[in-house]
Amino acid sequence: MMDIDHVAALARLKLTDREKEIFSRQVVDIIRYIDKLNELDTSGIEPTAHVLPMKNIFREDEIRASLPRDSALRNAPERDGGFYRVPRIIE
Amino acid sequence: MNIEEARSAVIRGEISPVELAGAVFERIGAVEEKIGSYVSVRKEHALSQAKQAEDSIRSGDTPALPGIPIAVKDNICTKGIKTTCSSRILENFIPPYESTVTQRLGEQGYVLAGKTNLDEFAMGSSTENSFFGRTKNPWDLQRVPGGSSGGSAAAVAADECIAAIGSDTGGSIRQPAAFCGVVGLKPTYGRVSRYGLVAFASSLDQIGPVTKTVRDSAILMNVISGHDPLDSTSAAVDTPDFTSALGRDINGMKIGIPKEYFIEGLDGEVAGAVKEAIKQLETLGAVAVEISLPHTEYAVAAYYILATSEASSNLARYDGVKYGLRVEGDDLIDMYMKTRDEGFGPEVKRRIILGTYALSSGYYDAYYRKAQQVRTLISRDFRKAFETVDLVVTPTTPTPAFRAGEKTADPLQMYLSDIFTISVNLAGVPAISIPCGFTSANLPVGLQIIGRHFDEESVFRAAYAYEQATGWHRMRPRLQE
Repeated sequence: MMDIDHVAALARLKLTDREKEIFSRQVVDIIRYIDKLNELDTSGIEPTAHVLPMKNIFREDEIRASLPRDSALRNAPERDGGFYRVPRIIE
Repeated sequence: MNIEEARSAVIRGEISPVELAGAVFERIGAVEEKIGSYVSVRKEHALSQAKQAEDSIRSGDTPALPGIPIAVKDNICTKGIKTTCSSRILENFIPPYESTVTQRLGEQGYVLAGKTNLDEFAMGSSTENSFFGRTKNPWDLQRVPGGSSGGSAAAVAADECIAAIGSDTGGSIRQPAAFCGVVGLKPTYGRVSRYGLVAFASSLDQIGPVTKTVRDSAILMNVISGHDPLDSTSAAVDTPDFTSALGRDINGMKIGIPKEYFIEGLDGEVAGAVKEAIKQLETLGAVAVEISLPHTEYAVAAYYILATSEASSNLARYDGVKYGLRVEGDDLIDMYMKTRDEGFGPEVKRRIILGTYALSSGYYDAYYRKAQQVRTLISRDFRKAFETVDLVVTPTTPTPAFRAGEKTADPLQMYLSDIFTISVNLAGVPAISIPCGFTSANLPVGLQIIGRHFDEESVFRAAYAYEQATGWHRMRPRLQE
C-alpha cells in the first residue's frame, strides 16, 4: 500500500499528521476505483502519450530576443542583483 | 448583450467602447458580491483599452472585437496583470509576458473585463477549491457553477462580461457551461495555442470560449485559433472561417447516441431534456443512430492517473525560488516543503500525491502505462464511431448543478461528476456544450455535441441549428435577492 511519508517526500510536500491521515485514506479510495482499469486486457496495446501525430518540433538555432533578465527576476521572492537568492546549499 | 450585438452597436456608433465597458462594470458592481466570478477586475486598465479601441475605430478599423469586454480565466497569463490560478502560491504573480490567446484578442480590439475565478490550478469541478473563495451559480446561489472555469461561466451567465475564455482539461469549460446555461467549447487538442496557459496536464489542456451564443463561440474561435510557434503542441492546420458553418442545414447529418451515456446515475430530468434535444435534431433533418463507445466507463480512472501524473511533474516548478510564495525553512529542502505545503490547497496536494505515487518507482507500468493504453482504447472508440457518424451527441453532465459542499468531502464523487466530458479530452476531439432545457427546479441542462478531430465546423453547424430552433440560449437567470 501507499507509503505516504515516502510519496510526500518525493513530492516535496511537508504534510501535517492530519493531512497525511486524510490524504492516505482518500488517495487509497481513489486508487481502489482506478484499479478497475485492470479489468481490461491491454496486452499489445500501444500507449498514447498525446493525440497529435507529431514528434519533436525543432526550430533554427538562431539568436532571438528573449525575456529581459530584470523582467524574469521581478517575481522572485528573493534576489541578489542578477541572481535568484536561495538558502545555502553547499556547506 | 452578446458579441454579435455589441460589435454591430459599436461599429454603427450606437455605443462607444468606453460606454460599453462602463455598462459591464456597472453590472459587475451590482452583482459581483453575490456571484464572485472574478479574482480581479482592473477597471482603469480596461477603460484605457476601451479608449484605444475607440480611437482605432474612429480611424476606420473594424476589428472582430471592437472594445468588447471579455473575461479571461485567471490561469491565462496577462502581461503586467496578476495571474493567480486561484492559488496562494501565485497570489502575487505578475506575468512578464502575454499569452498568445490574449495577444490575439488584443489585436482584435478586446477589453479585458477581468480575471475569473477557478478551482486552484484548474483542479476541480465546482470552483470551490479557490484560495479566493467559491463562485456561485447565478441560477441558484446555493449551488456550484461547475468548474474549473466556474468564474468564466458564471460571469457570462450573470452578464458580468460579453463573453469569456476558459480552459478545459477534463470538462472544465463544458461542465460549467452546462451548469450555468451558456455555450462552452473545448476545441480540438492543438487548435488553440496554449502559450501562457499555466500548465496542469499538458497532454489534455486546451483553451476555449465561453459565450452566450453559438455564433459568439465561432467568432472567438476565429480570433484565437491557429498555429503558434511558441507552443510546440499547436497544430499546423489552417483556421477556417468558423462562422461560415452557421446557418447551413443539418439535413442528413448522422448523429451517434452512445448507449454508455444513458446509464444509471443519469438524472431523469437531464435524460429527458437530452432525449427531447435529440428528437429536435431529428426534426431538423439529422439521422440519429445508437452507437457504442465501449470503454467509456474506464475514462475517469485513466484520466485521474494521467492528469495527476502530468500535474505532479508540471507543478514541481513551484519551489519558492523563481516566482510565487516562499516560506523560509531550516535548509533548501525544508524551504521547498514548507512553501509547497502552505502554498497549495488540499485538492492540489491530493492530486500531486496521487500523481507522484503513480509515477513512483515500481508503480509506473501498473498505473501510468496502463492508463496510457486505456487512452488508446478510448481514442479508438471515437475513431470507430466517426467512421459511421458525423457527430456524437450526449448529455454534458449526469446531473444539473449540485449544491455547494455536497461533494467536497468525497473527492471520488466529485471526479465522477466529469464522467461524460473526460473521454473527449483523452481522445483530443472537439466538443461543445449548449443549453438544452431546464429542470423543474429551473436549473439549466447541457447538451454535448462531439466532432471529429479538427471538425469544429460540423459541431458548430449542428449546435447553431439546434440553438436557433429552440432559443434556450435566450433564458437568463433572475438573480435572487
